[in-house]
Amino acid sequence: MARITPGQAYGFFTDTSVCIGCKACEVACKEWNELPGNEPVFGDGYDNTGSLDAQNWRHVQFIDNVPDETSGTGQGKAWLMMSDVCKHCQHASCMEVCPTGAIIRTEFDSVFIQPDVCNGCRNCIAACPYDVIAQDEHKGVAQKCTLCYDRLQGDMEPACAKACPTESIQFGPVEELQRAARQRVSDLHDQGVTEARLYGEDDSIYGGLNAFFLLMDEPEAYKLPNEQNAVLPRRNNVPGYLGTLGTAVLAVLGGLIALRRRREPTPATSSGTTPPDPEAGDE
Amino acid sequence: MLLAEEVQHFVRSPDWTWFILFYFFFAGISGGAYAIAALFRLRGEPSDEHAARLGHYVSFAALLPCPVMLVLDLGSPLRFWHMMWNTTPGEAGFNFKYWSPMSVGVWALLVFGAFATVSFIQALVRDGRIRLSLVRRPVKLLDGVLGELVVAIGAVFGLFVAGYTGVLLSVSNQPVWSDTWALGGLFLASGMTASAALLLLLLRHRRSAEPSAAKLIVSERLYALLELALIVIFLLTLIPADAVGTVFGFPWILLWLVVFAGLLPGVGGLLASRLAVTGEGVPVPLQSASAVRSLAMPALVLLGVLALRAAVIFSIQ
Repeated sequence: MARITPGQAYGFFTDTSVCIGCKACEVACKEWNELPGNEPVFGDGYDNTGSLDAQNWRHVQFIDNVPDETSGTGQGKAWLMMSDVCKHCQHASCMEVCPTGAIIRTEFDSVFIQPDVCNGCRNCIAACPYDVIAQDEHKGVAQKCTLCYDRLQGDMEPACAKACPTESIQFGPVEELQRAARQRVSDLHDQGVTEARLYGEDDSIYGGLNAFFLLMDEPEAYKLPNEQNAVLPRRNNVPGYLGTLGTAVLAVLGGLIALRRRREPTPATSSGTTPPDPEAGDE
Repeated sequence: MLLAEEVQHFVRSPDWTWFILFYFFFAGISGGAYAIAALFRLRGEPSDEHAARLGHYVSFAALLPCPVMLVLDLGSPLRFWHMMWNTTPGEAGFNFKYWSPMSVGVWALLVFGAFATVSFIQALVRDGRIRLSLVRRPVKLLDGVLGELVVAIGAVFGLFVAGYTGVLLSVSNQPVWSDTWALGGLFLASGMTASAALLLLLLRHRRSAEPSAAKLIVSERLYALLELALIVIFLLTLIPADAVGTVFGFPWILLWLVVFAGLLPGVGGLLASRLAVTGEGVPVPLQSASAVRSLAMPALVLLGVLALRAAVIFSIQ
């Protein structure tokens, strides 16, 4: 691959149609980024990682999609396997709400949480629509995939892409990856794999995802919000504040009514209380 | 608008739990009590001055735990100041993002804290508890229009602090929280209810403020009605997202029962007596009122307000 140059947008194209679920990406990520191991999760499937979190920046999802009746070759449908990762959104929900400025866009156009700036408020966790970010309980800061920021600065591709044996994870300039992805989905359609589709390669999802996917089913099957649901937290600012403002006006009016009702009566009694307003109960 | 079956949430909960619950509770009381105090001072009678001072004491006292709760909730508490100052190399400067309620809230809390402190000191001076001329002289400047302006601006910030916490929850991608626009108003209204109830509770210990008791009772009823209306709106806004069961289902319905119990004194009083203080139109002097009326009922209201926040915060985490 050509030199990795700052100023250019880099990302991943994760082609789930060729993912074999080997988890080499998870291991390589943990090794390079010195992420500790975690207690394995044992569920129904072959996934013992559980989810993306502070210690797992790549997570191979195993989605049981086995049809009730055998219907010929699987074509990647029996198990949907997908190496999930931070999407490095162009319009990033995490970055939008971060109050400290810890989440920045790097010179490689990736979304990066600066560990020395983050103070662990967890607002980004509440915002990320992909369940990517979690807080490291020892360091007390939010963590996620860095697109191997340190490796990029050293002109090396991210560890997961380097380790992937099937080229399910491809790294490169986003524009090149988009071209390759469109060609790939076109080839698959020509081969009759009509369920193949791209997710996040154009600007319909969060302005475009620098880490986008070729999926073999609806996005929601992979726990990815569809286009309608890919919305930013700030959408609720105006209605939220307007609702608060309306309530504030009513609260002040209520207070004024309470004050007005008690203004009419005659002077205080010996007990110190204001005598009742005989008219008050009639309103 | 998305239909129920179309709404998707795949987020992780931020694990905002007890510290945040109590921050929301105290912020509501602090802001609400300041607003009530301001109304007494700006639109009340001279006899309401004592209740206004009580409001400022409550506002200040309720404000004190707020930053403590917020700091303790952070993963890195010693970096709390990163909320205000960006330490990114080459980007050093103040942090202010008007589109992030957490960022706005930090500054609002700071500014409101200044107003609450000034008004608290003013109340102490007026009560004769501070006699230092070094303090009394500048406070005297607040006796006129300037003082009214300070209280009015402080009340605006107080109302904001009481309500923005709900907007903060909504400006996320969390189920329930981001499916409604009513949380800001709901937290504000319940904060006002709690403040009026707490002031009523404390009137027992400040006889000079008793002339304002009737006004507080009526205020509490109106705020309870406002809170009830916002609970209904909150519920209605959740229907399109099919999220009603998430927050109102079992076991959270038990908390909502506490919430509704807390609304009973206010809404019940409004139904029974409307805007008169009692059915007979005669306010019962607090010192001779039953303990249930003057102690248990306000306490129930406060518990209800805490339960409301707990139901909203914990039901999705």
